[in-house]
Amino acid sequence: MGKVYDVIIIGAGAVGCAIARELSRYNISTLVLEKECDVAYGTSGRMSGVVHAGFNNKTGSLMAKLCVEGNRLFEGVCSELGIPYKKTGKVLVAFDEADMKVLEGIIERGKANGCEGLRLIGQDEIRAIAPGICGIGGMLSPNTAIFDPFEFCIAHAENAMDNGVDFSLESEVTAISRRNDTFYVTTPKGVFSSRFIVNSAGLYCDRISAMLGVDNYRIYPCRGQYYILDKVASDLLDIPAYPVPRPGIGGLGIHLTPTVDGNIIIGPSAEYLEDPDDYSTTPDVMDKLFSEAKALLPAIERKHIIGNYCGIRPKQAPPGEGGFRDFVIKEEEACPGLINLIGIESPGFTAAVPISFMVSDMLRKHIDLSPKTDFKAERKAPVRFRELSREEQEKLIKTDPEYGEIICRCQNVTRREIRDAIENRFGARSISAIKYRAWATTGRCNGGYCLAKIVDMLIHDYHMKPEEITYRGKGSELFSGEVK
Amino acid sequence: MRSCDVLVIGGGPGGLAAACSAKKAGASSVIVLERDNRAGGILNQCIHDGFGLIRYNCELTGPEYAARAIREATDAGAEILLSRHVSEISKTDSGYCVSVYTKDGIEEYRTRTIVLATGCRERTRGNISIPGSRPAGVFTAGVAQNLVNVRNVMIGKRVVILGSGDIGLIMARRLTLEGAKVLAIAEIMSAPTGLARNVSQCVQEFGIPLYVKTTVSKIIGKRKLEAVELSDLDQNGKVIPGTARRIDCDALVLSVGLIPENEVAQTAGVKLFANNAVDTDRYLQTSVPGVFSCGNSRHVMDLADYVSEQGEMAGRNAVHLIRGEEMETWDEEKSNCMKKGFPEEGTVTCTVCPNGCQVKWDEKTGTFSGNRCKRGARFAEQEHNSPTRSVTTTVKTASGSLIPVRTAGRISKAHVFDVVEQLRKTKLDSGVIIGDEVLRTEIDGEDIRVVATQTSL
Ligand SMILES: Cc1cc2nc3c(=O)[nH]c(=O)nc-3n(C[C@H](O)[C@H](O)[C@H](O)COP(=O)(O)OP(=O)(O)OC[C@H]3O[C@@H](n4cnc5c(N)ncnc54)[C@H](O)[C@@H]3O)c2cc1C
Ligand SMILES: Cc1cc2nc3c(=O)[nH]c(=O)nc-3n(C[C@H](O)[C@H](O)[C@H](O)COP(=O)(O)OP(=O)(O)OC[C@H]3O[C@@H](n4cnc5c(N)ncnc54)[C@H](O)[C@@H]3O)c2cc1C
Ligand code: SF4
Repeated sequence: MGKVYDVIIIGAGAVGCAIARELSRYNISTLVLEKECDVAYGTSGRMSGVVHAGFNNKTGSLMAKLCVEGNRLFEGVCSELGIPYKKTGKVLVAFDEADMKVLEGIIERGKANGCEGLRLIGQDEIRAIAPGICGIGGMLSPNTAIFDPFEFCIAHAENAMDNGVDFSLESEVTAISRRNDTFYVTTPKGVFSSRFIVNSAGLYCDRISAMLGVDNYRIYPCRGQYYILDKVASDLLDIPAYPVPRPGIGGLGIHLTPTVDGNIIIGPSAEYLEDPDDYSTTPDVMDKLFSEAKALLPAIERKHIIGNYCGIRPKQAPPGEGGFRDFVIKEEEACPGLINLIGIESPGFTAAVPISFMVSDMLRKHIDLSPKTDFKAERKAPVRFRELSREEQEKLIKTDPEYGEIICRCQNVTRREIRDAIENRFGARSISAIKYRAWATTGRCNGGYCLAKIVDMLIHDYHMKPEEITYRGKGSELFSGEVK
Repeated sequence: MRSCDVLVIGGGPGGLAAACSAKKAGASSVIVLERDNRAGGILNQCIHDGFGLIRYNCELTGPEYAARAIREATDAGAEILLSRHVSEISKTDSGYCVSVYTKDGIEEYRTRTIVLATGCRERTRGNISIPGSRPAGVFTAGVAQNLVNVRNVMIGKRVVILGSGDIGLIMARRLTLEGAKVLAIAEIMSAPTGLARNVSQCVQEFGIPLYVKTTVSKIIGKRKLEAVELSDLDQNGKVIPGTARRIDCDALVLSVGLIPENEVAQTAGVKLFANNAVDTDRYLQTSVPGVFSCGNSRHVMDLADYVSEQGEMAGRNAVHLIRGEEMETWDEEKSNCMKKGFPEEGTVTCTVCPNGCQVKWDEKTGTFSGNRCKRGARFAEQEHNSPTRSVTTTVKTASGSLIPVRTAGRISKAHVFDVVEQLRKTKLDSGVIIGDEVLRTEIDGEDIRVVATQTSL
């Protein structure tokens, strides 16, 4: 039996990665186990990308408290770790007087939760802030922001690695046992042991907990479908625009959100499912998304659509109950050493950093968390050629001619950026690993121009066989082999 | 910084023809900027034949057609610069300044006129929003063509094709020749949208089922494509409930249309139509004076031959404009004489030229009808007595890359698969020049010669 870690974190989503980074500040040993071949493959890579302000959640709940705190910390964390972030604010759009009344209540709740700057705005101001948006008025939340969720997870994980945390990918936890205060965690890569377990397995948190006999949780997967719009539509909106929330399943309604990269996303729907892994889109819902989004922003057109995706909420509230149940974040009395994070749905991403503090506070009661003297708080962001000035671009090309070769024409990604993405710290060689690091294949041609070029690089520069190239890790092989 | 009279953006057939004709019309300097490391555009991956029937009066493959166009442009004195990715056009006092990414830095070119010939891109799954999951194994036809013909990567063994545009039809034959089983082609419209000659030669000939008023209503498979669901469509193009049937497959190829590529044009402020095509006047001049547009970036066209013809006119008009001469006008109707859709029952589709006449042979009287010229009668007769085909495929080199090849002339239809099989086993250990023999063989007494259609050293 190998090393006994102090802590094993299960799941490398936003929450697991944030906890990994937080624990890397201290002189303890930490391992992250993730079933997929890369970070951010679960809910964290399939959401709206909004740093919520905290007015939507019940006053006094953990959700409200952690969201407000997370909103306050987010910008600082993003600048420390080189994560794209933009404080856009957000508008809630009212279509009638009844909506305006609801908004008054939301402002009251927001104030009680500690959100700052919320105020009602009239039609003129809505027009000024978001010119294409319909509605008779609304509410402005100045502290809401947008960010890059993939880069958030990648940056936290890389920084944690820099500070000594181990990661084991493609390591699905299939069983856990506990003997003499030590946990034994079974994965296809072997059995790992630790003194503490942090269960940040998202949609599978109930199953992980049940592996240790704590089986009083149940997660109800609830899917949200999205459309992605072409960057040509990005001029239509530069602030997230949401309808006034209505009572129901417990989503925030179909909204329009600009991404930090300049696309607009439409969604999400809310549909309860049996299978926590069913990321299918359905025609009826897709039609509804589009028509509801068009009601908010009439200028959008079908031809702007370049893609779609789904995210799944790990809800504790069963179908029929609706609404949000509060996060469960606690060390289980029935299983000392197990820290459970249950039902981390929206605003879970916003709350990830404060959640990581809660976890370290819980651990501090048991083990000495002495700070590392050589902790490196910063991480250098990858080069984003397309965002640089001409002079900076010219300089880069002189350092490496591969910066002068555009591989992805829609997003202007250079060969060198693709190479950096291929050579990522996690050894993740899938197309999606490259996609989420360099943003290649994400544009309007969906990889029509660059996919073949990237495949060529993988085959010739990285000596992969065609049949080894995957879209998202094992089981998603793209090709059947060579032609001849 | 370099300057010229006519700067052509894009080195496909449109751009090459524009450069060639501009030079011939007397422009003092003409430069073509091509982002790829090879000129010829999309033709380099179109290894099948059928190009040049109108322009050169013979049947060429894409790479052969490209090679001719390149030679004509260089012979005329146009300069073709490769690995140059144009990013932006800006206005200057006397014309335009064009910025270009290269491996040596950012270059700038000054020019009096510009011909845009940047080609097109494909509509994707995202554009048409097919319901279902998003697994590995869904490709657009052009990407599949590039992977299979250029990169030596096979996209799957059991393939369904959505859309019956020409690229999809061509890929149905290509994949079949390379050993894949094409299980179905689904077309939303009530007839195939590709040329009748392609429906006949690439689909019916191989017994591939083509279903009209049918779509892929669902994509199935979490990580890897496992199956698609095909459903019938009603008059309004809506899925008819209860008609879904599942087809297990490992690749779905989308041939659902092309969109003119005009990112660079937009930096110059060129006015576009809603479908991304360029709004030009009759002289092929865009809304920005001195900036012309041709080929697929102007408006998607069916045939490379017409693209070349239009490119030539755009190139000449650029020179006319500089000189203050009268410009030539483009006839929009020109390219619409080809038969599309299903071949008519009981006829032979003549493939001698792109018109695709539906030739009917009356056995009793020995007369032919439906053919617009005599060649059609000869073709139909041959097709009846001893049908022949040209075979196009690829051969592997020692370095692992692929060279496109073709039979020198047509061979007996019965020997097509034999030749393809022999070529699969053929390995070239040195480079080849276009026209070099790569295989000579005898099948059932027929002497068959196979030649390279591209130079690769
Ligand atoms: C549609 C939608 C929109 C949202 N929008 C927002 C928003 O705008 N703002 C916001 O703050 N929040 C939003 N959220 C919520 C937010 O996305 C989640 O709260 C957050 O991503 C949860 O992160 P996580 O790390 O807990 O879970 P996940 O990202 O799901 O990570 C869990 C990880 O555990 C891994 N795992 C599971 N089982 C095992 C196992 N047995 N062994 C090993 N690894 C395992 C998974 O592969 C996964 O990588 C949204 C959620 C949804 C669904
Ligand atoms: C996948 C596919 C298959 C086809 N198959 C057939 C067929 O079988 N038969 C047929 O007759 N027609 C076919 N066509 C139609 C074909 O496109 C035309 O016949 C013809 O090739 C179009 O010529 P073009 O010059 O307009 O564009 P292209 O051949 O596409 O050439 C455009 C060139 O511009 C370059 N370029 C683009 N942007 C830039 C930039 N920013 N800077 C520098 N260079 C740039 C590109 O690299 C490319 O080389 C096919 C089209 C596609 C997309
Ligand atoms: S018969 Fe028709 S298709 Fe055949 S060569 Fe003559 S015109 Fe062309």
